[in-house]
Parts: sequence; structure tokens; C-alpha cells
Amino acid sequence: MCLAVPGQIVEIKSTTDASGVGSVALVDFQGSRIEVNLAMTPQAQQGNWVLVHAGFALNVLNEEEAKETWEYLKMAGLDFDSGESDSA
Amino acid sequence: MQRERVQELIEQINQASSGAGRPIQLMEVCGTHTVNLFRSGVKSLLPAQIRLISGPGCPVCVTSQGYIDTACALATRSDVTICTYGDMVRVPGGNSSLEHRRSQGARVRVVYSARDAVAHAQANPDQKVVFLAVGFETTTPATAVAVKEAEAKKLDNFFVLSGHKLVIPAMATLLSAGEVVLDGFLCPGHVSIIIGAQAYEPIATEFHKPCVIAGFEPEQLFRGILHLVRQVNDGHSKVENVYSVAVTEPGNTQAQALIEDVFETTPVVWRAMGTIDRSGLQLKGKYQKYDALTHFKMEWGPDVEPPGCRCGDVIQGKLEPNKCGLFGNTCTPQYPIGPCMVSSEGTCAAWYKYGGYSHRVSDVTDPI
Repeated sequence: MCLAVPGQIVEIKSTTDASGVGSVALVDFQGSRIEVNLAMTPQAQQGNWVLVHAGFALNVLNEEEAKETWEYLKMAGLDFDSGESDSA
Repeated sequence: MQRERVQELIEQINQASSGAGRPIQLMEVCGTHTVNLFRSGVKSLLPAQIRLISGPGCPVCVTSQGYIDTACALATRSDVTICTYGDMVRVPGGNSSLEHRRSQGARVRVVYSARDAVAHAQANPDQKVVFLAVGFETTTPATAVAVKEAEAKKLDNFFVLSGHKLVIPAMATLLSAGEVVLDGFLCPGHVSIIIGAQAYEPIATEFHKPCVIAGFEPEQLFRGILHLVRQVNDGHSKVENVYSVAVTEPGNTQAQALIEDVFETTPVVWRAMGTIDRSGLQLKGKYQKYDALTHFKMEWGPDVEPPGCRCGDVIQGKLEPNKCGLFGNTCTPQYPIGPCMVSSEGTCAAWYKYGGYSHRVSDVTDPI
């Protein structure tokens, strides 16, 4: 349940989301793009890699680490194409 | 590249563990670690004297039967829609499951994020939306933001059934009980991003158990195990962090502030472990109108395990799954009896899927 996946921020969509506690970013996960809340990572900027869990960025990662994680997720069949990823 | 580094780590682990002169028993307290230790083959590549056992790290598995029964009772109400993470849907309660309730017409929606539950409440003002908030510290801040969002949107039809739990009190309880002999903990990666490496200091200093935080890739898992074995050999008990690219000493203070703002600790029942003081999280008074138990005037049901089910012993590391009489016989991922076989991160499900235990339990041999 606590699995998190790295993605890259394509665009900061709004500086404050409806909760008033975080901005919303569009994050790219190997071609899939979803909205991610940045309440826990207010320092995240466009182009940064973030580790995302259940629609929230847990922290900012460096690019090298993020790409290495993706290599492993692909190898383990946990990437989006495998159909095996859990909802949370 | 990683292959070479892993090979080197395995050799170092072999060397270090042969110097120990006795078996070393380590516990992982993270469902994602449990699955990855099997899936990536790490478990099978460790020397026989290193024994890895799974602890209470699967949030669905440690959720009490009483919580499931309360969720099922809420699901039967015609004015309620349940929003839940997918793993909870098939967990059997005392006499039903959310899946069963859904087949009888109950509204049970699987959501990816707590915020999806808020969006559903906003779009369906005629329904009372109850979000099943389970999970450890990784997941809790998301619920906190959802509650704050419901408040900002002035929603009066969004509620939280809080089953959130804290990892450290469960580790301390296991050690205090003293029923499982442990040499150290492989500590969860993503929980630690939130709580920080320093959160494990009491386990290292008061209980004198080494704690090593590791990520999920094979190299991380092997490195974490190597550091634990070296600490055991050297007689050390300190907190080490081999996942420093993601985990800091203080953790994510923004996330901690969100949890602190919305939740307060409370005694809570863990499956078969009983009530652990200050190990659960409930909404603070200022957010109580979003508390499902308060709104629907309900109490938790009793925590009674299904007959013959040993999930309670499995999540405490007292029993390996194939020693349960139901494992692989009447309890399979297709027809699960207990939560450890339901959740994809459950210890029983991982043993069944990756351990080659698709045969009757009597045919199964101990893999370790």
C-alpha cells in the first residue's frame, strides 16, 4: 500500500488547490499524466522529479535516482504497462 | 551495473553472516518490502543463517475485524457510498465483505486517492461519502489534506472512518511482548520519508535493536540486510539509513505538520494484537464533524478472527504462513479467509504467489 512511484512535474497547474494546503501539478509517469498534490512538497518546481503515492508527492528526488527506480519497476513488472500496479 | 553491485553485496552478506556463528533473525515491517523480497528473489539468494520474517507492515492486514465489520455495516445504509483503496474490498469481515455488500447493491467505490473521495462527495451531494482511511504514515497526510479540502469546500457529506496507524508503537509492542526473537529491523522506505530516520531512535536505544531503513530495489534490500548483519556482528544497535536519497533524518516536516493539524493519537485495536496505546490516529475535535463513527453514532465491532485463521500470528512474525492449517487449502488468493491472503502485500499472499505454495499445505516444505 505504501508503494510510491517517481514522476516528473510537467506543469504547476495552480498554486493553491481546493484544500488551501497545496498546489497541484501535472506529473508525467512514463507517458501517463496525472494531477498530483504538492501539499507535502511545496518546494517542488516544474521539471523536478517527485515520488508520488496515492495522488500526493512525498518528496523531491534527483533525476538519476528516479530513473533507476523506473528501471527496477519495469524489470519487476510493476510499471503501468504490466497491469499489476495497486491503487494505493 | 546494478547486477554487479548486487553480486558484490551478496558476497559481503555471505562473509558477514558466516562470521556471526549463529542464525540471524531480521524482521521487515513493510508490506511493500515483503512483496519485493520475494518478487525480486532477494530472499532466495540470502544465506541460510539469515532468516527474514514479516512483521505488522501490511496496513490492510493489521486492520481489525471490527473495522471491517463497521465499514460493512455502513455500506448497507442506503444513504452511504463507501470510497476505499482497492485492497480493502475483498477482506472478509465477521459475516460479510465490502465486495459481498456491493454484490447486494451497496455503493462501494475504489479510489486511487483520498481526494477522489472528496470529489465524489462534492459531485453527489445527496449521498454521504465515507472514506475508509487505512494505512500508515505514508498514506495519512493524504487523508489530512482530504479533510481540509472538505472543510474548504464546506462539504457536509464527506466522512472519514479512520483506521490510520503508526508503525513505531507496533514495533515496540512486539519487542515488549518478547515472543519473537529478533536481531534487527529492516525499516520501511516510504513510511520513513514521512517520519524520518530519527523516529526509530527509541527502538535502537531503548530496545537495543539495530534499525536500517532501505528502499525497495534489490540493491537497497541487500544493502539494508548487510548493514543489519554487520551491526549484529559488532554488537551495535543504531539507526542507519541506506535510502538517504529519499529519507532524511527529520523526515518530511510538511507532511508531519498536516498529520499533526488534523489527527491526534488514540489507543487502537490491531488485528489479534489487541489494543496498542497511542498507535492509532483519530480526527481532532475541530474536525470531528467529518468523523464517520461520530456522525453515524457507531462503535467499533469486536475483533474476532475467522475460525482457524492465523493471520494474527503471521503479522506478528510468530508463524510462517504455510504453518497455518488453512494456507493453500481453504485459504487462497481466490477464496481468502484472512486479510494476509487478500492484500497483494499480505505475507500469506506473497508466500502463495512467489513461494511456490500452490499445493496443499501438507505438500509444502519450509523454504527457509
